[in-house]
Amino acid sequence: MPQRVDFSFDGVPLTGWAGDNLAAALMQAGTRRLRDSPRAGQARGAFCLMGSCQECIVWVDGARREACRTTLHAGMAIRSGTIADVAV
Amino acid sequence: MNGRATDLVVVGAGPAGAAAAMQAAALGVRTVLLEDEAAAGGQVYRAPATTRDMARSPERRQGDALRAALAGSSVQVEHGQKVWSVSGQYRVDVLGPQGPGHWQAPALIVATGALERVVPFPGWTLPGVVGLAAATILLKAHGMAPGERTLVAGAGPLLAAVAVGIVKAGGKVAAVVDLATPGEWAACLPAMAGRPDLLARGAGWLARLRLAGVPILTGHALAAVAATPDGLRATVQPVDSLGRPIPGGAATSFEVDAVAVGHGLIPSTDVTRLLRVEHWFDPASVTWRPALDAGFRTTRAGVYVAGDGGGVLGVAAAGLQGRLAGLAVALDLGRLSQVQHDARAEKLRRKLARAARFGAAMARMMAPRPGQFAAIPADAIVCRCEDVTRAEIEEAAAEGACEVNQLKAWTRCGMGPCQGRVCGDTAAALLAQFHASDRETTGLFTGRTPLRPLPLDQLTGEYGYADITLPPPAPL
Ligand SMILES: Cc1cc2nc3c(=O)[nH]c(=O)nc-3n(C[C@H](O)[C@H](O)[C@H](O)COP(=O)(O)OP(=O)(O)OC[C@H]3O[C@@H](n4cnc5c(N)ncnc54)[C@H](O)[C@@H]3O)c2cc1C
Ligand code: FES
Repeated sequence: MPQRVDFSFDGVPLTGWAGDNLAAALMQAGTRRLRDSPRAGQARGAFCLMGSCQECIVWVDGARREACRTTLHAGMAIRSGTIADVAV
Repeated sequence: MNGRATDLVVVGAGPAGAAAAMQAAALGVRTVLLEDEAAAGGQVYRAPATTRDMARSPERRQGDALRAALAGSSVQVEHGQKVWSVSGQYRVDVLGPQGPGHWQAPALIVATGALERVVPFPGWTLPGVVGLAAATILLKAHGMAPGERTLVAGAGPLLAAVAVGIVKAGGKVAAVVDLATPGEWAACLPAMAGRPDLLARGAGWLARLRLAGVPILTGHALAAVAATPDGLRATVQPVDSLGRPIPGGAATSFEVDAVAVGHGLIPSTDVTRLLRVEHWFDPASVTWRPALDAGFRTTRAGVYVAGDGGGVLGVAAAGLQGRLAGLAVALDLGRLSQVQHDARAEKLRRKLARAARFGAAMARMMAPRPGQFAAIPADAIVCRCEDVTRAEIEEAAAEGACEVNQLKAWTRCGMGPCQGRVCGDTAAALLAQFHASDRETTGLFTGRTPLRPLPLDQLTGEYGYADITLPPPAPL
């Protein structure tokens, strides 16, 4: 059953397909930058989609998660995985 | 969960692992199949992971058949189980939805598949640039293209597969940029003749792309991607057969919002490197592979490798290797006599030889060319986790780093959360080029636990911090 759900990234409300992983849902919603790299501070987004590169790390409910390995649920509040932006 | 004992643990439920587990189980071997994903299938037969409507592809049907066969077998399939350590003879540690646990078995089949190689270029770290393999995952599991207008670049059969997938998903392909020339593809025809079905499929893909008006640039490489106010600008240039930019060759730019790029697949050797089995460097595919005998035994008793993890040869070969490894386990555990084993193995080996011929031709088409590494600019990032550039790698090389583990200690290249899965191959190639040495000399990153970064909050119960060897964190 196709099912749209609401979620947010850094406070911005978005919608996506339930069951997608967060990386696909954010890409679909037009959000490509998921974090900044720790040393050079460059924008980064999902790259391998298979849990290998770790570029898609985001904060979900206060925990660091691979966006490409985490399933989207209604109401998820996702934050950029930049280390300095520790989720509150 | 306490440790549970069984006869055989298979890691990875792609075509290789699933076939291995079912073959062994059918011969009375108690078998547990561990898979990180929520469903079996691996890369080719990946199950959809969305509630969106998706077209049913032939792979989807084959995957459904594989999942049904597994469900009807005596294999104990454990989904959502990330294997993060293998130790002893053999303790396999997993992290799943219910938390950590482990399995104990005298035999272990590693069927963890392949990783994608992307040779760095300026802009490869920009959001919106994804791997070709990543694009296949978006298409298969999520029914979506990486962007509205995607440039598809790199080498090998995934190029056409991804471009056609994007067109079918309703996306636009700005161009397909292939390092190989039509002549190089034509040279593969003899090896492909044994698989007329796949040959016809490839021809169908090309026809579909022509129909969609997609430009196909052969003998070209992606030179750079830059961010623009509206998206990405991808610049491509003609290259020679060694992948070197042709001096004075006309560069072309495409305005896109996504780039899918890949330069072949590399066996995933996390587990076999951790177990310190012998590996060898295969110059034809430019990959490190575990040394295997005809029964897919590694140099360590009780450890077998099937499928892409032993060398990337495609889906047909992966399934046949899995069955042969399953037979070898049954023989080694005394469930089959040598005569019974050989009678079954012989037919499979003949089929495998045919499948492997095709797979090896595809692997050669995907192999990186020396000019690609030479063309990486000094300030381009090679190690994405730690933002280490080519210039920094070569400074360390000039100071005496000859081997990748030295390089890692000196520059942090490979020390970040991806553990060198993304940069390891390029770093080794650059060191070899710098010293005019070879890949045997520049080596492989030493395997270590955890195989994947572990969310510590999920590791409750069985372990304390002191039990886990964690890689040093990235600098803040
Ligand atoms: C993204 C991608 C797309 C591809 N598309 C095609 C294609 O269209 N046609 C084709 O012929 N070939 C394709 N290939 C090559 C393909 O990999 C092989 O043909 C075939 O899938 C290999 O089967 P396998 O069982 O060896 O590995 P895979 O199919 O890769 O399966 C490996 C399995 O192991 C699991 N795994 C890995 N590590 C762990 C761990 N630590 N813990 C638990 N589980 C783990 C993975 O989740 C995966 O399910 C593709 C490869 C990739 C990487
Ligand atoms: S995109 Fe590479 S780990 Fe998620």
